[in-house]
Amino acid sequence: MLRTIALAAALAAAVSAHAQENGRNLAAACAICHGTEGKVAPGAPVIPLAGLPRDHIASQMRAFRDGSRPATVMHQIAKGYTDAQIDAMAAWFAAQKR
Amino acid sequence: MQRRDFLKLAAAASLAGCATATPSKARVVVIGGGFGGATAAKYIRLWDPSIDVVLVEREASFVSCPISNLVLAGYSSMQEITRGYDGLQRHGVKVVRDEAVAIDAAKKTVRLARGGDIAYERLVVSPGIDFLFGDVAGYDAAMQESAVLHAWKAGPQTTALRRQLEEMRDGGVYILSVPLAPYRCPPGPYERASTVAAYFKQAKPRSKVLVLDANPDVTSKAGLFKRAWSDLYPGILEFRGNSRAVAVDGKSRTVKLELEDVKGDVLNVVPPHRAGDIAMKAGLITTNNRWCDVDWRTMESKAVKGVHVLGDATLSGPGMPKSGSMANNHAKIAAAAIVELLNGRAPQPVKIINTCYSFVSEKEGIRVSSVHEWDAGQGTLVAVKGAGGVSAARSEAEGTFAWNWARTIWADSLA
Repeated sequence: MLRTIALAAALAAAVSAHAQENGRNLAAACAICHGTEGKVAPGAPVIPLAGLPRDHIASQMRAFRDGSRPATVMHQIAKGYTDAQIDAMAAWFAAQKR
Repeated sequence: MQRRDFLKLAAAASLAGCATATPSKARVVVIGGGFGGATAAKYIRLWDPSIDVVLVEREASFVSCPISNLVLAGYSSMQEITRGYDGLQRHGVKVVRDEAVAIDAAKKTVRLARGGDIAYERLVVSPGIDFLFGDVAGYDAAMQESAVLHAWKAGPQTTALRRQLEEMRDGGVYILSVPLAPYRCPPGPYERASTVAAYFKQAKPRSKVLVLDANPDVTSKAGLFKRAWSDLYPGILEFRGNSRAVAVDGKSRTVKLELEDVKGDVLNVVPPHRAGDIAMKAGLITTNNRWCDVDWRTMESKAVKGVHVLGDATLSGPGMPKSGSMANNHAKIAAAAIVELLNGRAPQPVKIINTCYSFVSEKEGIRVSSVHEWDAGQGTLVAVKGAGGVSAARSEAEGTFAWNWARTIWADSLA
């Protein structure tokens, strides 16, 4: 029993590490406009993503994707991502220091 | 590695303030400090600081091709598009100013022109492009006399071409010759034609920009460029497709096409290119004697194990431009894979984004974007269907985002 719990915990940790890494790798592509780890220079005309609430990032990505939030480019980018990928990126950005 | 090299690297490490107590897990050597190589060096250190990273770069600083078309038109400066490598040193990257002249993939060493051999666990080669000057007869001789320039690597040729455009008489003809695709930066020639036309319109309005394109039509953002040209530069900018330069004559300032000769005052002929020289010397070129095929899950060369190739030098995947955005993203695929491999784990495919802005005047921009993901069936990265596209219209807002993209990607790659 204990062994099963330990195994389950180890598996969960591995899955979680994998999910974080997946979020990190997905988020890295955004850095060309949103800055390394979601940190932009002061005064930049894009939203700094680091430390934004997870649900906010995810809901805005979905709004870009379905067209309910207008955009110059994000509506075209957001269409390239699944719900699971949006959630992974949002969780990773939310966990970054501002 | 020779002792003096070791000392040099040790000195570089302590200068960068990264002489930590953590023992190094492995050394990665990166050849080339452009958008690809610089980003790879930085992100490997970000994602696993126990990996030693040595960046070999022959130039003292990075000069950006993106925005260099604004420099040509007088709307930006060389200083503005130049960045140092000190930002990478702050991440603990050891920056060695030297030229990689050979790779021994069996011994896992890189030979430097001045600094001896460096051993690596994994090697990243991001060599950019070199030109097939021989494809345009007379190019070498004309270039010796500065009678023809490419300015397709930002640097001294950018400055030289700007000077020629300034010195050109009002009423002169600037010829921009575009090679057959694939070439570095698909929209780059059309952006250049636009910004130079904007300069002529303001400073010498009787002059002409003549684009001689080997391709049948504008290869990127065609609708947006043509709209800008007809709205902004009628009588100044002329585009001719199916017009491949086969020769140049510096003395008579002539570009020879297959069927006719065209005379100009300033000749800007961009020859076809291939992966940079070190890729050729190291046997990394796999396709048409020009490009390096890679496994898009890791960027590892299909020709040489343990060597990852990035950027314009690669045999681009379907729908993938040779761009700074792509090179920066290739670097993140490679960095993620190298960190996994050096930690004994299996690399996972990484989804990436391309975004390319172009200026069509001093302030107005246009854009094209795409999202690329691994397709196991096709064994390559493919553009995600339904995603990506171009700007709705040219605008100053897109110009503002273009500047943001440039400053942000410079920082993401180098700072």
